[in-house]
Amino acid sequence: MAAEISPKAKAWLAVAAVPIIIYTLLPIGWILSLSLKGGTSINDRNYFPRKWSWDSYKYIFTGGAHDLFVPALINSIGICLIATIVGVALSAFAAYGIARLEFPGKRLILNTALLTAFFPAISLVTPLFNVWRSVGLYNTWLGLIIPYLSLTLPISIWTLSAFFRQIPWEMEQAAQVDGATSWQAFRKVVLPLAAPGVFTVAIISFFTAWNDFVYATSLSSTPGKAWHFDGAQTVPATLGYFTGKSNFIPATGFVAAAAVVVTIPVVILVLFFQKRIVAGLTAGAVKG
Amino acid sequence: MSTIEMKHITKVYGDGFKAVTDVDIDVADGEFLILVGPSGSGKSTLLRMIVGLEDISSGDMLIDGQRVNDRAPRDRNLSMVFQNYALYPHLTVFENIAFPLRLGKNKLPDDQVKKMVGDIADVLELREHLDRKPANLSGGQRQRVAMGGAIIRKANAFLFDEPLSNLDAKLRGQMRTEISRLQRRLGVTTVYVTHDQTEAMTLGDRVAVLRRGVLQQVASPRELYEQPVNLFVAGFIGSPPMNFLPATVGDGVLDMPFTQVPIPQEVSAVKNKGDLVIVGVRPEAFEDAALVEEGQRAKGITFQAEVDVTEWLGNEKYAYLPFEPHPDVQAALNELDRELDGEAMRTQLVVSLDGTSKIRQGDSAELWFDPAAAHVFDAESGENLTRDEAKAAEIAEESESDRKRELERAQQREGSPV
Repeated sequence: MAAEISPKAKAWLAVAAVPIIIYTLLPIGWILSLSLKGGTSINDRNYFPRKWSWDSYKYIFTGGAHDLFVPALINSIGICLIATIVGVALSAFAAYGIARLEFPGKRLILNTALLTAFFPAISLVTPLFNVWRSVGLYNTWLGLIIPYLSLTLPISIWTLSAFFRQIPWEMEQAAQVDGATSWQAFRKVVLPLAAPGVFTVAIISFFTAWNDFVYATSLSSTPGKAWHFDGAQTVPATLGYFTGKSNFIPATGFVAAAAVVVTIPVVILVLFFQKRIVAGLTAGAVKG
Repeated sequence: MSTIEMKHITKVYGDGFKAVTDVDIDVADGEFLILVGPSGSGKSTLLRMIVGLEDISSGDMLIDGQRVNDRAPRDRNLSMVFQNYALYPHLTVFENIAFPLRLGKNKLPDDQVKKMVGDIADVLELREHLDRKPANLSGGQRQRVAMGGAIIRKANAFLFDEPLSNLDAKLRGQMRTEISRLQRRLGVTTVYVTHDQTEAMTLGDRVAVLRRGVLQQVASPRELYEQPVNLFVAGFIGSPPMNFLPATVGDGVLDMPFTQVPIPQEVSAVKNKGDLVIVGVRPEAFEDAALVEEGQRAKGITFQAEVDVTEWLGNEKYAYLPFEPHPDVQAALNELDRELDGEAMRTQLVVSLDGTSKIRQGDSAELWFDPAAAHVFDAESGENLTRDEAKAAEIAEESESDRKRELERAQQREGSPV
């Protein structure tokens, strides 16, 4: 239980929080503002737009950038969701095995997993690029999902095995005595109890893939056509290819609009999962 | 309803540690068996081998005559209540109790589950708590939820692993009678692990006393109390524990601190003059000589002793009488004390007197006891030299017929709730 904070201290904390909030929200507000400025007023040096307009959004969804942005958005959502779901499932099984079983090489697996996370992405990209091109994974969904998995699995396995270790083994044994198979015990008892961990891992995996730029820009070339799945470029990589309507109108507004659009799912996810994570953490233990 | 037979059960851990050695116990249908012993005696390991959470190194485990050594826990159809209840914190009380019915093998339709859980909630008085989560329940309520989950299934037997050790003393007493009543009513074979000798004595039809993985004695509480096979069982059963007095064999008598007792025939047959033995007398066997009737008095032995401390408890009074022990025997007694989770205290005789006794601390008191109530143990092996086999068999027979009668009566009266 957190100690009770006096009203006076509370007021001071609020005052102290204001500059931090302004500092962090300033660039986000700016992006929003840029995306809402119409046409030529982009460079008018005002923080708040004088004239509100949805032109930039129309442009990326239905206008000139439509063929670039919409397939990229589909790629982003599809690739990240698949990478997250597969990553959570794989790491849950791996972590469960590591937390519950004694087998030779257990430490090796854990340490190797950690080791792979040490390499900077940029050092892996060039060899991957060559391999992907020769095996035909270049510019495909799978070609991005695989590196995202290898990027998120180590941290996921470590996080989840820590969560699984906290669940008393007795709980599972009780389930087995009650007539559950190992799989039922895992699904009905262990997994729900480790829900906060599962959500944490899911959210980290999703963000890692969603924000990735290095792999996306190196291992894919085009977003392809919408719903044709003939390209794999995701939104962060595609943004650089945006061009203005003419040479005299910069693409800044469209890039800003696209950036706002891809930020929305992140905000929703955080709000949704945060509640689940907190709920899971406060559900309470058995022994009192 | 089932029998459980353990035949030469042995458990050796990977590091070579023998947790359970060659245990042979038969549990009859509907019997309440207690596994008792100090920590490290292998009682929990044995229970976990019955339920299948621990592999059996050698020997056979038979449930209803069928060998279950290689069966998974879920295929043994047993119910178990764990020490810390192992309730599922993410499920409501209702779902916790219904959990076994939600699984493949014994899956039931929803309305039937609802009815069964409702019936059990009534028996256990959990009706108004069904929608709550375990975290919001008191210790006693959690305990009852755990029992609910155990009895909802038509299990062959109930297994309890120190279920009351997390409760405070008052609640422990209440739950103890509750478990006893429930077991009689359901008539289900039950194996119950505890380190508490009071629980063992009050709950069990029969009690199996274990020491370092070796079975010492399986018998009714009364037989354990009156006819223990060795020093360990004698010291473990009874509260306050039995007094052990070192004695030397003399001419027709045993010389012990405070007094002499005539040497029992069984002892003189195997021991020579000058041999060391241990005489065990329960505190309850003593009485204030002033309160013993004349006729009675002649049957026993009266002796004078300095009383160090007295404790008056209302209905009875404990008096403590220090004595100088024989050094050879002292080592053996200290060892025994350590095993019984005690601390090697000063050597003293504890006597339990009538509450009306006028003896005060510091007095030189006249005490009386009946030498027939004393047991004589071999100082080296700890074996009880005065155990009366015929008497023991008689007690065993009596307790068995008592048990059957009780079981029948309880079921006639209450009917089976599930």
